[in-house]
Amino acid sequence: MAFCHLQNTTMTEASIDFFRSNKPDLYNHPDFYLMDELLTDEHKLIRQSVRDWVKKELSPIIEDVAQKAIFPMHIIKGLADIGAFGPQLPAEYGCGGLDYISYGIIMQELERCDSGVRSTASVQGSLVMYPIYKFASEAQKRKYLPKLAKGELMGCFGLTEPNHGSNPAGMTTNFRDAGDGKNVILNGAKMWISNSPFADIAVVWAKNEAGKIKGIVVERGMEGFTTPETHNKWSLRTSATGELVFNDVKVPIENIFPDVEGLKGPLTCLNSARYGISWGALGAAMDCYDTALRYAKERQQFGRPIAGFQLQQKKLAEMITEITKAQLLVWRLGILMNEGRATPAQISMAKRNNVALALDVAREARQILGGMGITGEYPIMRHMMNLESVVTYEGTHDIHLLILGMEITGENAFM
Amino acid sequence: MKILVCISNVPDTTTKITFTDNNTKFNKTGVQFIINPYDELALTRALEITEKLGGTVTTVTVGLIDAEPSIRKALAIGANDSVRINADPIDAFFVAEQIAEFAKSENFDLILTGREGIDYNSGQVCGLLGEFLNITSVNIISKIEMEEGIATMERDIDGGKEKLSCKFPFVASAQKELAEPRIPNMRGIMAARTKPLKVIEASNSLNTSETIGFELPAAKGGVKLISVEETAKLIDLLHNEAKII
Ligand SMILES: Cc1cc2nc3c(=O)[nH]c(=O)nc-3n(C[C@H](O)[C@H](O)[C@H](O)COP(=O)(O)OP(=O)(O)OC[C@H]3O[C@@H](n4cnc5c(N)ncnc54)[C@H](O)[C@@H]3O)c2cc1C
Repeated sequence: MAFCHLQNTTMTEASIDFFRSNKPDLYNHPDFYLMDELLTDEHKLIRQSVRDWVKKELSPIIEDVAQKAIFPMHIIKGLADIGAFGPQLPAEYGCGGLDYISYGIIMQELERCDSGVRSTASVQGSLVMYPIYKFASEAQKRKYLPKLAKGELMGCFGLTEPNHGSNPAGMTTNFRDAGDGKNVILNGAKMWISNSPFADIAVVWAKNEAGKIKGIVVERGMEGFTTPETHNKWSLRTSATGELVFNDVKVPIENIFPDVEGLKGPLTCLNSARYGISWGALGAAMDCYDTALRYAKERQQFGRPIAGFQLQQKKLAEMITEITKAQLLVWRLGILMNEGRATPAQISMAKRNNVALALDVAREARQILGGMGITGEYPIMRHMMNLESVVTYEGTHDIHLLILGMEITGENAFM
Repeated sequence: MKILVCISNVPDTTTKITFTDNNTKFNKTGVQFIINPYDELALTRALEITEKLGGTVTTVTVGLIDAEPSIRKALAIGANDSVRINADPIDAFFVAEQIAEFAKSENFDLILTGREGIDYNSGQVCGLLGEFLNITSVNIISKIEMEEGIATMERDIDGGKEKLSCKFPFVASAQKELAEPRIPNMRGIMAARTKPLKVIEASNSLNTSETIGFELPAAKGGVKLISVEETAKLIDLLHNEAKII
């Protein structure tokens, strides 16, 4: 494989001192259609609290974190405190008990700072806590959920394999009965796994002897289980990505989710995460727009602010139009999620649209900043590079189109 | 330890100020309101004190229902309960009178206010409360430590600091350094949903003042850059245009 693997040395040290920039983070969300009126006071309090936390703890270090490409372990406690881990899950398991709009807002405020940090939170809340909540036994829920909500345990989600990305049904990772009545033996490898280098537990999707996909919780420290980190990414540099390698790993039978079988398991989690991404990517777009608009008003060329030139106005006006449409899309989707009526195809539409929109906005915004747009002085280039992962993971741009196409035509164009 | 913190609901510092009704009323449309920042410091310090010594923190706000998001935030930050006195906060005298009326039967050991509201900046509520409740008032404190029945404080004075001590009960107003504001966390926001927010009607009061009109400061003029060689031009401008020499 083309990646350099550093076994047992993860780039996720807690002791790293990140440079704190004292440049103020002036972000304010654009609200052209007075969407705030559709939010409750509690939604707005949550948004303000997360934004305040981001501006205090994250924005000052994020550029250095991205340049160093080291996951900032010290932010985990803060992320847990602001409710980034499973806010939509019930309070009885130590989670937030909030609605899906609140969940979307939290993801948006994180991603408007950095998609990598949002990814860490998405994986923990939607891909680890959500399947445990939905599919695990009561004992497993009590064992894991409160600690995951507090960030005392971190998790990762292993679906993608080196040879099976868009087509997870073809996975080869598998387990068989250990013959002792207590354990199964897990073999195989997962690739591109967010949080894997530091995760305490992994929710892994693997086939049983009957070839059926099952979810199984693997804990760090189990013999034969390793998590080499993937280095040299140009995207999501603030998030740690790695592999999960299972070499005859003995896992207790009770770690297998009893209540789910087949692709439905992983896809259910992905729905929840993709929903969060549709809010999150829009956050990155809003940050790029906000940055570009401010810059265009201040930057003078030919004796006037560049915001006064029609070509720049076209860019900005189109950005706010697309952003406003996307805001309405996720808000409505949030209501459908709250009512339990959102369909996978509706979620695909929002994920696909909003990530693509964010990439477009990032590219246009970067041009408005001229040369400054390529530097770490401004967040745009980092957002743009991050979004290249976001447009690929959790179902690529193409795959979501196929999901939509199948929904409206009834024809499967995947194969 | 029973602490009362006075919280006012003020426009965010970045608000663009405009007026209505022939320049007699502040235009609230589209304005975001926040907890007065000095009050937030008072609240944080009050929580630090009760976390260490035990006790409760109550907040009181003179305001209409639109002040409730700020009150919920105070509860989310950690106050135990809140009271809203249902009236438009006309001026400092009115606000202090209303708060005193509520506080007089509640036996608070300590009442904290902000040094001033960042909206009208009158800075009088602390002193007026002392007067109405017949207790000591200490203005603009940057430090406070509490012990059994007595508090020691620091105030900024011209060119230095004053240290003083004071027996309970008393009222003091918070200055910048008093505490580091806290960001509400998820647990706090959830807990705030069920914490008591009692609404009481305002008591009769004499209106002591009335706003006749507001006026914005004159717009700032542009900056003129004069090169070092052009001293004569500079002197001319200072003399004839700026009229300061
Ligand atoms: C930074 C990062 C973090 C990730 N984190 C995780 C994680 O935590 N857990 C996890 O399980 N996975 C994770 N992934 C993996 C991610 O979900 C996959 O990369 C993604 O599903 C695509 O799979 P692939 O890379 O194998 O690409 P492929 O599936 O090989 O796709 C390559 C190209 O072919 C196209 N294509 C594929 N099939 C079709 C078709 N039928 N019709 C038309 N076009 C098609 C795709 O759209 C794409 O453009 C992560 C990826 C990245 C980059």
